[in-house]
Amino acid sequence: MLLSLIVFMPLVSAILISLLPKENWIRPTALFLGLAQFVVSLVLFAQYDPSTPALQLVEFVPWVPALGVSYFLGIDGISFWLVLLTTFLLPVVILGSWTAIDKKPKGFHIALFVLQTAMLGSFVAMDLVLFYVFFELSLVPMYFIVGIWGGTRRIYATTKFFIYTMLGSLLMLLAIIYLMFTAQEVLPAKQMTANILELYKLDIPFIAGQFLNPQTLLFFAFSVAFAIKVPMFPFHTWLPDAHVEAPTPGSVVLAGVMLKMGSYGFLRFVIPLFPEASEHYAWVFLFLGVVGIIYGALVAMVQPDVKKLVAYSSVSHMGYVMMGLFALNTYGVTGSIYQMLNHGISTGALFLLVGMIYERTHSREIEKYGGLAKVLPIFTILFFIVTLSSIAVPMTNGFVGEFLILLGAFEASMFFGSLAVIGVVLGAVYMLWMFKRMFFGEEGELVSDKKHPLHDLSLREMVVMAPLIVLIFWMGLLPNQFLQYSKVSVEHLVSTKDAYQLSIHTPQPESDAQLAFGMKFFKSVAQAPEAK
Amino acid sequence: MQAEFLFAILLLAPLIGFIINGLRWKSKNYLLAGSIATGAVAISFIAAVLVVMKLFGADAPKAVTVEYFKWMAVGGLEVPVAFVIDHISALMVLVVTGVGTLIHLFSIGYMSHDERPSKYFAYLNFFLFNMLLLILGENLLLMFVGWEGVGLCSYLLIGFWFSDKEKAAAGMKAFVTNRIGDAGFLLGIFTIFFLLGTVSFDEIISKVAGMPVEVGWSGPITLAALFLFIGAMGKSAQIPLYVWLPDAMAGPTPVSALIHAATMVTAGVYMIVRLSPLFILAPNALHVVAVVGAATAVFAATIGITQFDIKKVLAYSTVSQLGFMFLACGVGAFGAAMFHLVTHAFFKALMFLGSGSVIHAMHEEQDIRKMGGLKKYLPITHATFVVGWIAIIGIPPFAGFFSKDEILWKAFSSPLGHKGLWAAGVIGAACTAFYMTRLMALTFWGKPRFDEHKTHPHEAPPSMAIPLIVLAILSAIGGFMGIPHVIGEILPGHPGNWLEHWLAGSIAAPAGEAHGSAIMEWILMGISVSIAGLAALLAFSFYVIEPDRPKQWAARLPGLHRLLENKYFVDEFYFERIINPLVSGSKALWAFVDVNFIDRATFVVGDFVRGMGSTARTLQTGNMQQYALYISIAIALMFVYLLEGPKRLAELFGG
Repeated sequence: MLLSLIVFMPLVSAILISLLPKENWIRPTALFLGLAQFVVSLVLFAQYDPSTPALQLVEFVPWVPALGVSYFLGIDGISFWLVLLTTFLLPVVILGSWTAIDKKPKGFHIALFVLQTAMLGSFVAMDLVLFYVFFELSLVPMYFIVGIWGGTRRIYATTKFFIYTMLGSLLMLLAIIYLMFTAQEVLPAKQMTANILELYKLDIPFIAGQFLNPQTLLFFAFSVAFAIKVPMFPFHTWLPDAHVEAPTPGSVVLAGVMLKMGSYGFLRFVIPLFPEASEHYAWVFLFLGVVGIIYGALVAMVQPDVKKLVAYSSVSHMGYVMMGLFALNTYGVTGSIYQMLNHGISTGALFLLVGMIYERTHSREIEKYGGLAKVLPIFTILFFIVTLSSIAVPMTNGFVGEFLILLGAFEASMFFGSLAVIGVVLGAVYMLWMFKRMFFGEEGELVSDKKHPLHDLSLREMVVMAPLIVLIFWMGLLPNQFLQYSKVSVEHLVSTKDAYQLSIHTPQPESDAQLAFGMKFFKSVAQAPEAK
Repeated sequence: MQAEFLFAILLLAPLIGFIINGLRWKSKNYLLAGSIATGAVAISFIAAVLVVMKLFGADAPKAVTVEYFKWMAVGGLEVPVAFVIDHISALMVLVVTGVGTLIHLFSIGYMSHDERPSKYFAYLNFFLFNMLLLILGENLLLMFVGWEGVGLCSYLLIGFWFSDKEKAAAGMKAFVTNRIGDAGFLLGIFTIFFLLGTVSFDEIISKVAGMPVEVGWSGPITLAALFLFIGAMGKSAQIPLYVWLPDAMAGPTPVSALIHAATMVTAGVYMIVRLSPLFILAPNALHVVAVVGAATAVFAATIGITQFDIKKVLAYSTVSQLGFMFLACGVGAFGAAMFHLVTHAFFKALMFLGSGSVIHAMHEEQDIRKMGGLKKYLPITHATFVVGWIAIIGIPPFAGFFSKDEILWKAFSSPLGHKGLWAAGVIGAACTAFYMTRLMALTFWGKPRFDEHKTHPHEAPPSMAIPLIVLAILSAIGGFMGIPHVIGEILPGHPGNWLEHWLAGSIAAPAGEAHGSAIMEWILMGISVSIAGLAALLAFSFYVIEPDRPKQWAARLPGLHRLLENKYFVDEFYFERIINPLVSGSKALWAFVDVNFIDRATFVVGDFVRGMGSTARTLQTGNMQQYALYISIAIALMFVYLLEGPKRLAELFGG
């Protein structure tokens, strides 16, 4: 029941918030509920067994038996940290948007909590239809968050975001339906199913060098949907608009978690379902990953708007993630998972910081700043630490992810791996150049404005940043503590991806009856080999 | 004492110093901040001495290694946090903590008027911590952590006075240029890891031990060596990545002494020496190292001749001296490189601190055209500077003579050496003698060129004088650790080459016969010393005896003078040909590719859909008669289909 609790607690919280009578109760209540769901998610550490690649904490309830659709949740090393990242960021975001969201706080927090359920659901759904429902559901609250609480061009940005991502998902929906029918024809049960563990068993025909074959088409249908979400070059243009127009908490959640739904999709569905196509077309993704890294960095470098710079830096960072995934080796995939977390933390932190300065000056134009370091020393130190993490300086989290990805990419293709290293240089260029122009030198017009003196971070703002800063160093200094939770699952995926199977971890004897029933039911269908 | 404990003290003392001073960064109490920082480094030094002592004795181990915990373990990659002091890192750790302590001590006086002394000392301690990681790390990855860490501290300290735009820019230039090198370093790590399956120095060295020497350019070891050398070029300021170092002089002068002369910039040399068994297998890579080193040695020395900023002269001198060290590495004389690294740390730190003392005395004036005659005002600074001057130009028996001469001799005699490399070295040495003498003359000798009534230069306080004196002593006698055999034979007691003996088991030597005899060595030694001496005399005559002559020569050779004075226009070239096109190209990418092409494409798709929609909409007019018409047509077609079959239907449409 733990996963259901984690997934639906935010939804219940949203309902609770909607019932609150007074406006000034909303933020404290939301913060409390956000912290509560994070604390609940910490129970995962006690219940999750990192020594097996098998699916754990499984819940299985038939939903539409005729179509083989079920309410099927589970967690493994691939989704473990993403779930925790999601639950971790919510209270941070709520506290971070304390003053930034000044209109309709109730609606905003409801949207935030509904979004949380959708995102968590898509990380633990093990049924393709259920996944699709959560995946699409996440668009709705984000649509409103950008559209209602966004900047001046918010309607344009949010419509573009919605239609763009929706379009990709429709292709995926077709592919899902095709897969379900194929399962009915091919699998021994002769029954439609959307159960991902069953679908892993499909051996979808693949012909190398020919485009019109089932596996290639399905592969690209899924890939386009996820590549848009990531976003991978050249499907990224919705991102800068959405980020710039989104309110700070929207940007944090969008960059921090929603983009990972795309990269997670590659890892959970694309690579294991279509292994031959993944291998055959890996170079496309390595290539587009490199292009994304370099292109994102170059375009970020010349942005006059600091928020847009951070948005384009996301394109660059997610380029690393894509390279790591399609390196298809342990280093690359491990690095990608790590980089997903890093990006969530560092880019989330950057958006929060940009939001904090925006609240003070109502401008994001880099040229109007300058000399901030003298006026706002604490803000400067925090911004600098996050910058270091973003440019992957050793002893910060960024280095571990980037290093492993580049190592993996280098093993997969020396050519693309060597090219990607250019990103290491360009990353430093655009971040430090921005830092220099905003924080060093003489005081800019916004900074020296005597009528509106700038105040350094408040206690609340420091509390918002503190956990992010701690994680930046924690993950950089002791990466093994984090890596060990994904290690076995990644190794299992990489070593067996051609015939990837996921078994179900045998639950503890004292676990509740319904779970046991679900297990029994599932085993009769799946007959999957037990791990270890 | 336990090695684990000593290593922990050695590494953590500066880190704790950094944390303490970092937390009280607003404090203006320079004495307290400086004492904490200096004390921390001194503790480190003592711990280092205690560990190094374990290496002495009859049955002493070859290395002391400690391992604390696993940092990263992914797939076949295992990176423990492990440290080692062996015969190579012992030298380096003593130099870094020893010279580091002196420079910290010097800083107390130097930074006494600064706004943020605590912050300064925090950075300085943090630098030392990272430098120790770099030196002591037992694997390439840990070395890389320190490698980037020192770069970061360098960035922070160069831009310490960040309100000045140019100083902030210099910091950024240093970081980015270093990053280019770091990218090469990373590729080097990857190549080695996939070739040998390990990143541990010990394992790398034992695994390459039996490997054959690579011929040609495309072998994996050659590739790895070249990649790593890119890293060294960045950190150790070699052509074409040297451009950041002269600008790095924007930082406080003790920083220039510690980071940009004595320790960090020599990291590239240290890395190559550490991996000498690997580099020796890639002779072509070593040739590249030697040629780049020799070229940098000459190139930077010629620029040094025309500079007027006291620190810039020393900066180009550092670039040039680093070139000598790489020249030594490139001819397989890794011991000589290490030797010069150590002596250079002494005399260059000495001269940078001396220049700091001068700048301090002259109230932040750095232009040597506005100095002169400082000898009488700054006797201690002058006396110690003289020692550094003699040491760097290579007059026996001062430190620089022994190390530089060993490099020149090996460049000539080593199986990997070449007469051309030797000649380049001699030219570099001659230029060095010239510009250093010029610097002495313009700064300390002759008549004062500043207003003696307005400016009253004052000698440094004891906290600044003591480091100068200690370094001067080291610069004077430091060379005796590596007395060449030909000299040792004629000296009473026949002292051997202690350094060579110390390093013998730890570094590789090129295979093959050295050419040249003892007599040849004497002759070449005589040539290089006399050429340097002549160059020094020439400079003396130029700048002291006939101060007008430099101008005449500059007028006689205007092109050359302009070229040198503008540092061969390298910065301008980089700016015009690389940085500007990159920025404008990126703007074009954004404007044309992103906004006009990719984004436009999504609109084209959108417009297409909308177009289809509006076309379809014209069918739905709401007009009853029209709908009835559609329905009748459809029914008619259905009848045709049902009665006549699909064929007839197709015929109707002309198919």
